[in-house]
Amino acid sequence: MNFSGSRHLVTIVCSVALALIGCDKMGGGGKKTSGSGSDGSGSAQPAASRDSGTGPILIGHFASLTGEEATFGISTDHGVILAMEERNAAGGVKKRQIELKTLDDASKSTEAGNVVQRLISEDHVIALIGEVASGSSLAGGKIAQQFGVPMISPSSTNKKVTEGRDMVSRVCFLDEFQGYVVAKFAHDHKWTKIATLFDQSAPYSKGLAEAFSTEFSGMGGTISTGQAYTKGDVSVAAQLQQIKTSGAEAVFLPGYYTDVGNIVRQARNIGLKVPFLGGDGWDSAKLAEIGGAAIEGSYYSNHYSFEEKRPEVIEFVERYKKRWNGDVPDGLAALGYDAARVLFDAMDRSPTLAGKDLGAAIAKTKDFPGVTGKITLDANRDAQKQAVIVQMTGGAPHYVATVVPKGWPEAPGSGSGSGSAAK
Amino acid sequence: MGTLVQTLVETIALGSLYALAALGYTLVYGVLRFINFAHSDVFTFGAWVSYALGALFGWVATAAVQAPVVPVFAMPFIMFAAMAICAVLGITIERLAYRPLRTAPRLNVLITAIGVSLLLQNTGQLPWAFGKDGQNVPALISNQASLGSIAGVEIRVVDLVIVVLAGLLMFGLERLVYGTKIGRAMRAVSFDERIASLMGINVDRVISITFGIGSALAAAGGVLLGLRYGNIKEPADSAWVLLGLKAFVAAVVGGIGNVRGAVAGGLLIAAVEQFGATYISSSMQNLFVFVVLILVLLVKPSGLFGTAVREKV
Amino acid sequence: MSDPRTRRLAERVAAQRVNPLTAALRSAWPFAIAIAIAFILQIAIAPAISDFKAKILLDIGIAIVLAGSLNIVNGFAGQFSIGHAGFMMVGGYASAIVTYYGSLKLLGAPAIADVPVLGGFLGSGDLLFLGACLIGGVMAAAAGLVVGLPSLRLRGDYLAIVTLGFGEILKVLIQQTPPVPSSADAMTAGPLTMVTHLGGSLSFTGQPTYVSPTPWVVNADGDQTGHAGIFFAYLVVGILLIFVYRLKSSHKGRMLLAVRENEIAAEAMGVDTSRAKVTAFVLAAFFAGIGGALFAHEVGAQLDTKSLGFQKSIDLVIMVVLGGMGSITGVVFSAALLTILPELLRSLGVDSYRMPLYALTLIVVMIVRPQGLFGIKELWDLGPWKRHVTPLWNKLTKGKQA
Repeated sequence: MNFSGSRHLVTIVCSVALALIGCDKMGGGGKKTSGSGSDGSGSAQPAASRDSGTGPILIGHFASLTGEEATFGISTDHGVILAMEERNAAGGVKKRQIELKTLDDASKSTEAGNVVQRLISEDHVIALIGEVASGSSLAGGKIAQQFGVPMISPSSTNKKVTEGRDMVSRVCFLDEFQGYVVAKFAHDHKWTKIATLFDQSAPYSKGLAEAFSTEFSGMGGTISTGQAYTKGDVSVAAQLQQIKTSGAEAVFLPGYYTDVGNIVRQARNIGLKVPFLGGDGWDSAKLAEIGGAAIEGSYYSNHYSFEEKRPEVIEFVERYKKRWNGDVPDGLAALGYDAARVLFDAMDRSPTLAGKDLGAAIAKTKDFPGVTGKITLDANRDAQKQAVIVQMTGGAPHYVATVVPKGWPEAPGSGSGSGSAAK
Repeated sequence: MGTLVQTLVETIALGSLYALAALGYTLVYGVLRFINFAHSDVFTFGAWVSYALGALFGWVATAAVQAPVVPVFAMPFIMFAAMAICAVLGITIERLAYRPLRTAPRLNVLITAIGVSLLLQNTGQLPWAFGKDGQNVPALISNQASLGSIAGVEIRVVDLVIVVLAGLLMFGLERLVYGTKIGRAMRAVSFDERIASLMGINVDRVISITFGIGSALAAAGGVLLGLRYGNIKEPADSAWVLLGLKAFVAAVVGGIGNVRGAVAGGLLIAAVEQFGATYISSSMQNLFVFVVLILVLLVKPSGLFGTAVREKV
Repeated sequence: MSDPRTRRLAERVAAQRVNPLTAALRSAWPFAIAIAIAFILQIAIAPAISDFKAKILLDIGIAIVLAGSLNIVNGFAGQFSIGHAGFMMVGGYASAIVTYYGSLKLLGAPAIADVPVLGGFLGSGDLLFLGACLIGGVMAAAAGLVVGLPSLRLRGDYLAIVTLGFGEILKVLIQQTPPVPSSADAMTAGPLTMVTHLGGSLSFTGQPTYVSPTPWVVNADGDQTGHAGIFFAYLVVGILLIFVYRLKSSHKGRMLLAVRENEIAAEAMGVDTSRAKVTAFVLAAFFAGIGGALFAHEVGAQLDTKSLGFQKSIDLVIMVVLGGMGSITGVVFSAALLTILPELLRSLGVDSYRMPLYALTLIVVMIVRPQGLFGIKELWDLGPWKRHVTPLWNKLTKGKQA
């Protein structure tokens, strides 16, 4: 290699450097204020620098406002906004107003990572809310943990989301519990032979199907067949036909409502007439519309039912409708609302708004009267709470039963009067 | 027995849809020699136009569980309108995005096609366009109506309609390509664009027409898809991408650039997918499709019906 | 040797022969510069910019590695690969397996994903990571060989379709795998479990973070915290760029260019085209594997089948074509640009119009500049550079060269 060749190499290097400088110019000149010692293990950050102590308190929300899971992110955001506005109208937290910054991650986990990084180191939020999808929550949680910013996931149900990360908590139950809820309901319903049909490309769906299978088999039931589809498949006729021949009395279909309506229609078309069971992914006002007559009579477990007669629910549904043009809040909106309120509650209790204190305060949440039930965070910062079973009748989900975690008082009427709703 | 019949019915219905979409890939590849990645979005657009038209005439149930059945006469009208609108869309895309790149390397055209695809998807998702939710399409034909049953499997009217309509369209295309003057012009352009232009063929016009036909067939596929499954996903959903990929695989397996090959490929891919899922493993459904693709390409690189093209020196 | 012309030629060659030590030094000094630059970025630039910008800096580095490697296949050899993310996937999973089980079994680290790097900068943890990157690269290269072999029979678009099929098949296979064992179970996991429990459709979890924007610092007590991610990413960038630059002007590289320009003519000139194409695939896959390894250990990135799917491959192809196929600096530029652009658009607050705008920009650029931003030229071939920078450089180095 001669000397003039080397010149070119230097040029390559220069152009890289140029690109880097270009990078530094973007987005205003926010210098880092977060300190540098982040060993992650204890996640302790001198986060006092994050919050100025005066002016509005900034919290961040990362959500899928566009892309495949856009409807989930938008619902959650509506819930969070409602909670914030109510709190601000009531005087805010620590006599300061709350400001919310919501950024779109386009339903991609890689973008979720960037968005969280941006909220933490550019906007200096003191806490984060997000995401619905477990993959995005995992990506965001890794960063939140490293920078010592408390994060509350409203509705990621995968176990790994909070595992080993003391800054990350959630206000929803886990796949394992939900699997138990549906299995118990099926068992109480005297079904003995149930098939599962899950989306193998979605961790949520696959995890829930596995949890259900384990629990249901443990109760003495039989899984007649376990079939998989891949998100985006137009036809699931082959899977449904297998289920039909397996003689299942019901089908557990833990998918998102966007797929569920379609799949149930296909099932009816090939003459599979048994009821379908599902999880919280079914919850949407669109389900009845997409599923039409085919979905009638099916059951799913959910975080709450807008028909429950608990005062929290009645009040929330009324306010939400008023704020969002008469929309009926789905489970994700309720969880977004609860996540924000749990955060505000922890802010009240926490001596300072530093990440460590706030994180600890969130972890100590106990018997918080949420819309989706009493919220108590356990040692893994996962919410221990009840679930409801609803049935699709007359084009809307109607409350059927409340299922509480193992070891809780059995009666559905226990606690905050959760089971008193009329069928 | 019931399972076998059911799988066959599904294969034929689904295969017809794949074939309709595959024809678009094949036609465009024939004249322009590039993979039109935006084709699946035209397919999507067709499905959504049929929904929008239904909604326009108040035939879509927005809240009611029992969707009203649309008068049967509306069906051909909606399908024809969707095909016409998509043909215009296809021709416009070609005119604005691909024609300026006629002499550019093919990879550029491909990137442009991806750009068009992204544009259609993300514009379609905007609130003033189709929105972020999937929708039910009007039940132009009752989804449940049955012709009779074989081995306990209901053969539905809608299945018959799909197969007959798809068959008619494919037959029409075959006649068009091999039996008319414009078809001869298309084949000439496909054979050699420059020589064709020397023979007095207006190459630009032929390419426009080809795009129009391909897009119209895709639109028909989109309408039939909505008809059979009763519901369409939002425009940026991965379902459309996967559908497009499979249709494209069908075109390649059949021998890209070959009309009959695309039809055979569509049926073959549907068969591999459905029989594989039924008799081997449903979780590997898409794996089978791509394994068959690679096997076919390794054994017969130009596809099942394709003719090997010698590279010109 | 009686022919005087041959003799003269031999003499000329002998005169030009240099001391092997000098030659070695000469070929090594660009690497030394690359290491120095990566180090400066790490200790001087990273602490001075916000963590978010440091993260973008990291993303740019990784994007350059990926797009730069794809450039070998798409740009140099003119073969059309749209399954590059598949090689990333191979490298990423292979390296994550090495670091996850390696930290637990070899280094005895408490297995939480977010523990600090063992031994500080270039300590045992970092060395394990570098080893894992290398293994990831080698595994991906092996996959590249497998995928490259069909190219002996297939041309152009058909080859592209095979690479696409490869990526999709890999994706479905990984989706079938059970979850990664927890740290307690991992201690007793056998080799078969290690390579088959990949987390399915959820991401691979448990691998330590090595690539993060948190700058590596040594405090007053001598404790080391943070990660040297920027150093590693740009070290790989440096090695890749030197490698592809030398490749481009080498005998092998010219074979690739010949294949790109005209395969039949190349064959007629005695180029073993099949061999050249497979070589391109293997080399590109090697660096893609390393890029995948960097990605797998990046904070905020999920090693899963969704983020390394078809869409990712397409993003990389766009980087190569936009930069100018075969132009090294062009691809570097477009990789940086396309990493920054989405974030810039986010800053503008046009969330719902972000993607349509991006798509429109892409179409317009392709129509206005079909050859890509740089064409086949390098930065130093462009007009402004020639007019202003080259004379300056010549002035500076004239003394030395004389």
